[in-house]
Amino acid sequence: MKAFLRMVLVLLALAEATAAGAADFATLVAALPAGGYADRAKVVRELGLSGDGRALKVLTALAGDDLKVMADGAVVIVYEKTGAAVGAVDGTDKGTPAADSLQRIKLNNAVRRALRTATGMLTLRDPDPAKRLSAARDALRAADPEQIEALDAALAAETDPAVKTVLAEAKAAAVLKSGEASEADQLAAVTLLAQRGDEAAQAALAPVVNAKDPAVAAAVKKALADIAEARKLWGLAQNVWYGLSLGSVLLLAAVGLAITFGVMGVINMAHGELVMLGAYTTFVVQQVIRADAPGLFGWSLAIAAPLAFLVAGGVGVAIERGIVRHLYGRPLETLLATWGVSLMLQQAVRSIFGPDNRDVGNPSWMSGAFHLGQMQVTWNRLWILVFAFAVFTVLLIVLKRTAIGLQMRAVTQNRAMAANMGIRTGRVDALTFGLGSGIAGLAGVALSQIDNVSPNLGQGYIVDSFMVVVFGGAGNIWGTLAGAFTLGIANKFLEPFAGAVLGKILILVGIILFIQKRPRGLFAVKGRAVEA
Amino acid sequence: MGRPEKRLIDRRLGIFLAGLFLLTVAVPVGNLWMAGQPVPTYLVALIGKYLCYALLAVALDLVWGYCGILSLGHGAFFALGGYAMGMYLMREIGARGVYANPVLPDFMVFIGWKELPWYWYGFDLFPFALLMVLLVPGVLAFVFGWFAFRSRVTGVYLSIITQAMTYALLLAFFRNDMGFGGNNGLTDFKDILGFDLARPATKVGLMMLSAVALAGGLILARWVTTSRLGKVLVCVRDAESRTRFLGYRVEHYKLFIFTLSAMMAGVAGALYVPQVGIINPSEFSPANSIEIVIWVALGGRGTLVGAALGAILVAAAKTILTGALPEAWLYALGALFILVTIALPTGVLGALEGGIARLKRPAPAQEVEA
Repeated sequence: MKAFLRMVLVLLALAEATAAGAADFATLVAALPAGGYADRAKVVRELGLSGDGRALKVLTALAGDDLKVMADGAVVIVYEKTGAAVGAVDGTDKGTPAADSLQRIKLNNAVRRALRTATGMLTLRDPDPAKRLSAARDALRAADPEQIEALDAALAAETDPAVKTVLAEAKAAAVLKSGEASEADQLAAVTLLAQRGDEAAQAALAPVVNAKDPAVAAAVKKALADIAEARKLWGLAQNVWYGLSLGSVLLLAAVGLAITFGVMGVINMAHGELVMLGAYTTFVVQQVIRADAPGLFGWSLAIAAPLAFLVAGGVGVAIERGIVRHLYGRPLETLLATWGVSLMLQQAVRSIFGPDNRDVGNPSWMSGAFHLGQMQVTWNRLWILVFAFAVFTVLLIVLKRTAIGLQMRAVTQNRAMAANMGIRTGRVDALTFGLGSGIAGLAGVALSQIDNVSPNLGQGYIVDSFMVVVFGGAGNIWGTLAGAFTLGIANKFLEPFAGAVLGKILILVGIILFIQKRPRGLFAVKGRAVEA
Repeated sequence: MGRPEKRLIDRRLGIFLAGLFLLTVAVPVGNLWMAGQPVPTYLVALIGKYLCYALLAVALDLVWGYCGILSLGHGAFFALGGYAMGMYLMREIGARGVYANPVLPDFMVFIGWKELPWYWYGFDLFPFALLMVLLVPGVLAFVFGWFAFRSRVTGVYLSIITQAMTYALLLAFFRNDMGFGGNNGLTDFKDILGFDLARPATKVGLMMLSAVALAGGLILARWVTTSRLGKVLVCVRDAESRTRFLGYRVEHYKLFIFTLSAMMAGVAGALYVPQVGIINPSEFSPANSIEIVIWVALGGRGTLVGAALGAILVAAAKTILTGALPEAWLYALGALFILVTIALPTGVLGALEGGIARLKRPAPAQEVEA
């Protein structure tokens, strides 16, 4: 590595010398209109190599068809809006020439290509590191042997280590493409690209797999195989991540149902609508914040979450007290009545907020993405995963470690005996249902960040969440956790082969068959309670 | 619930059939032969549609009311029957389509298919299409039921997987690659067996046919439920385990009634499609299937006639309300679900007959409900 850097430095010194000897900027600009396309492309290339700060502006103008020739032969940049012209070389004011007195400088594809490369080389010297990085990536993709000098120059001037790495890789790609460097140089270049190991490196190595030098060819072949292997693993990891992400969404949507359906045995078809209410609560909170306290926007989700819990939980308690209470022991009737509730809630939201999608914004910490190795991870998906686990953990603690949780389990297991022990079963029922519904509201807050907030939001999740609970086994929230992630990951692994829709169909069919095999789910409750 | 009565056509069914007969006489006369046309043609198609819904409701009542199987996927059997008929009607268009292809339906030409897929073969023959109307829903119900009942999936679990079934079919039929017209479904039908579908006489004929099918469906369902087999079905509904311990093969009875019911639903779908002129994947949506359940629940579960009445009442209310107050329909339907389940567990028919019985016997009339 050190030897390589030293070599690069030597090359850089050489490059400086060439740049100094290049034709001067003004001459080059003046030469732009002259000759045919081939000459123009050559001049453009030389402008790119010149590394002159002014050249970028000229070349951008040329690419945008704003570079014109005046009647007296002066090359000017014309501002499209005002029609004012300034000298291309020195920026002197040339007034506002009549449009028909100006001559265009024509381009063809070869010139355009040269333009792209040249502007790329010039941006390699841009003061903004982000721009330099993207220019370096472009250079890596182009792998143009003619850019070697420019890359050397840029490498020598570069201070940002991240940009420097990409520049070195870009140079390595260019060196390999030219095939003219010494065997040691080429081998070093292969090693460098193999270390990068991503799609860009693969693209740079693939064309030189039949290099003249047998040692280089072998090294390239091995590097390509390594990269393919690594990329397969990363692809797998990415798929697992997508699956986990989908699983976390399913978990959020289903865990509330695991309480109402799994623990209480109540089929709540309005569960999806409670999720929707949570999403709309987020929308309302954001509207209020936007109007009255824009500075709090980053906190909007944190404010919305408890409110959504209360809104959905409150509606849940109302449903339980008003309807479900009358129907205990008649699960099929409960199903129908809560379906009725879901229709009314949907229509109510449609009447109040309108049928269209509502815009719920992402706070800054929820937007964007980062790279983990070769995986892309979006922040909102990551936070939703964290949120799902947090909700799950809190729920587990409430059920297993608190007095109310104990009462809930007692009432579920044996209502009569629990009542005899002095537990107010009616109140516990209402609270349990409220808890499950409140969690649906929390799910709504999270889903508002990744899905369309519309009155139909809940409909999309209801079948899925029932599948998760049924698959995991009702009455067991660990089963819900396992079910959600199994289905999420299975779905994402099926998608590449079968397509999104067919994948989903396969999952549904799979669950239908699975239920035949284990009618009570993955983690079935065993014992006397089953037949009740 | 259904009180056991021996006669095949009891008073309840007799009154309903008489009403149905009057309707099938009055509507054609009013539409085709009376001056001033007191029954407009659109109403004929509408009544025909309601009658198909009624048949569908009877089919569901057969499994839910008499065997306790709450299917949330009966819309799927209805839609499959409808698609089978739709495929025949599509083939019947022939070269009169926009692309004038004598074999391929328009949508296949549109997505660039060159050949008719194998599963479309034979649908140019009406008898074959009729066979498929019965067979496709029947076979699906048989296979689905065979798996589900054999492994004793019951109650809510069964309801949820039937819902998953219709949801999966919904997704499948939305795909263009399936070869069923994707999102748009099958439409633009021209004629059936040479009768122009746009003509009022054809519409009247189809409506009468639907009435006959409904009457036939009711009598068949009544015959099945009053038979010995029907009594076992009610036993399964009320005490499944006990019936099994008595030596009956519960899953066979369930499978039989589920398949029969699916075929009835398929016939209803097949009659429905030529009258409304379109069949598309939205018929598979889980919401549709749940709506069928409310027809039965409203009319009176386990009464057959009540189911048919419920379907007609709800469908008519839907037509009127969505026309007059589109906002109010979902509220009304939602409220209906809640009210019927909480306040009217025996449905309208049950409440009505209960009321009549009380009027007749003012003494402490203790109804013995099954």
